Amino acid sequence: MQNKSLNIGILIIGFLTIIAILAPLVSPFDPSVIDQDSLLMPPSLKHFLGTDTLGRDLFSRIVFGARISLGIGLVAVGIATLVGLILGAAAGFYGGRIDGLIMRFVDIMLCFPTFYLILAVAAILGPSIFNIMIIVGLTSWMGVARLVRGEILSLKEREFIQAEKSIGASNLRIIIRHLIPNAIGPVLVSATLGIGGAILLESGLSFLGLGVQPPTPSWGNILIESKSTLGVAWWITVFPGLAILTTILGFNLIAEGLKKKLGG
Amino acid sequence: MITYIFRRLFGLLPMLFGITLISFMVIKLAPGKPVMLQYSLNPKISLDEIKRLEKIEGFDKPLYVQYFNWLGNLSRFNFGRSISDGRFVMDKIVERLPVTLSINILSLFLIFLIAVPWGIRSALKQGSTFDRVSTLVMFLLFAAPTFWLALLLMQLFCIQFGWLPISGITSLDFEHFNWWQKVFDIGRHLFLPVLVSGLAGFAGICRYMRSNMIEALQQPYIYTARAKGLSENKIIYKHALRNALLPIVTILGLSLPGLLGGSIIFESIFAIPGIGRLFYEAAMMRDINLIMAEIILVAVLTMLGNLIADVLYAYVDPRIRYKK
Repeated sequence: MQNKSLNIGILIIGFLTIIAILAPLVSPFDPSVIDQDSLLMPPSLKHFLGTDTLGRDLFSRIVFGARISLGIGLVAVGIATLVGLILGAAAGFYGGRIDGLIMRFVDIMLCFPTFYLILAVAAILGPSIFNIMIIVGLTSWMGVARLVRGEILSLKEREFIQAEKSIGASNLRIIIRHLIPNAIGPVLVSATLGIGGAILLESGLSFLGLGVQPPTPSWGNILIESKSTLGVAWWITVFPGLAILTTILGFNLIAEGLKKKLGG
Repeated sequence: MITYIFRRLFGLLPMLFGITLISFMVIKLAPGKPVMLQYSLNPKISLDEIKRLEKIEGFDKPLYVQYFNWLGNLSRFNFGRSISDGRFVMDKIVERLPVTLSINILSLFLIFLIAVPWGIRSALKQGSTFDRVSTLVMFLLFAAPTFWLALLLMQLFCIQFGWLPISGITSLDFEHFNWWQKVFDIGRHLFLPVLVSGLAGFAGICRYMRSNMIEALQQPYIYTARAKGLSENKIIYKHALRNALLPIVTILGLSLPGLLGGSIIFESIFAIPGIGRLFYEAAMMRDINLIMAEIILVAVLTMLGNLIADVLYAYVDPRIRYKK
């Protein structure tokens, strides 16, 4: 069976990743060079997507922004998945009091609207790319933890795990070699969805000025200018948003395709 | 039912404790001491003075003592004063809460009113053009950053067409309007914020409703209903719909954190004086007391939202009530 959404998703994300890696080659201008002679130029042959209020080339800024946004998305989800895997596996495997404690912690973390927590920590620690990766990662692991716990709870009772136990394998070996590899499918789906979510969080945070700081371009902070240029320069609003939309769409398509492939 | 509610309320206590503990740890993340943060810009204060202030506020005590002191203040609803203007944090929040709550409740209504029938229609006409187009639209909507949609809609309705006001919740000459004009004016101002904050949850609930309905229509009791010759309308709206609607109650409760989180962005885009904008200003000024009070408040609101959703769920579905 052909998997259309998986293919289209991989095509989109692959394309964006290549552009992000080759950013200096792809972009026709330096993203932070100010050009007083071409302020707020509409899209033209010279500037594909126009220029911003400082005359910087919007296309180049979006291309370089891809590096930041994709990078933050990947690292943040990496952190979230790792934390979720460890806590979820511990809760599911050991059960009892450890399970109760970890799951209570998950419930409590889920009470905090993520954006408030992220904004508070960003404000207190000061915004930087590194901080955002960690904050977003540490506030979005709860879903993975619940998922892994559920998977492991049902896997634990299966025969191959009982067999492993009977030949005296250590708990750690059972978790790492047998339980986690068998539970990884749904985790992969949720991680892929999570990258889109993390990019969305980052763009919102940068839009509010508490994320990636100018002059480093990120899709969120390019949009800061769009409020003051609303009636004047539509391109500043439209294109960075389209970049975010396309990226998240790509990851969602991959997630959808993976789900189908794994028979969910 | 009453026992169920009491059991749930009792279960909230440890949650409340955890919420305050995590919030406290977030404050303590701050590099430097809170007193320094407040007074470091004031050249008139000497180091001795700072030490004295630290003693008064109890920052020289061990962390756990500080935590319990702080908890004691919280239990009396004393969140301290705001750094920016010295007013009590609680007063600042209370005067701004109604705006945010009414916008969020209105958008929940909007979501429910549109997403549920939309999802049902999609499910009943599975595979039709309507279903396929709406699946595509929902997929796009799901991937679009809502603050970007807000900016686009603003561009369209407020600037291009000039139909709607661009910011705030009332016009400048609001005082001179009669009652009807006042209602109309607020409505015009709130239209876009409510629409945009609803859009965020809309796609999710629509898709969810569709898959619920499809699943419900495949249940054995639907075959039974068909076999005994019930009309198709009765099967759909009485048997399938009621069961498909059940989980939506919980989802609406769970969408509360997203809505409240979204308020931060929408309220700063549309310049609405609610708690989201207040929080944004507090974060920009590093107004620690205000930040903490709001975090705890939204966490408690979310907790209560989930509780209400669970109680409603138990009310409509007796199977939940008698479990455990």
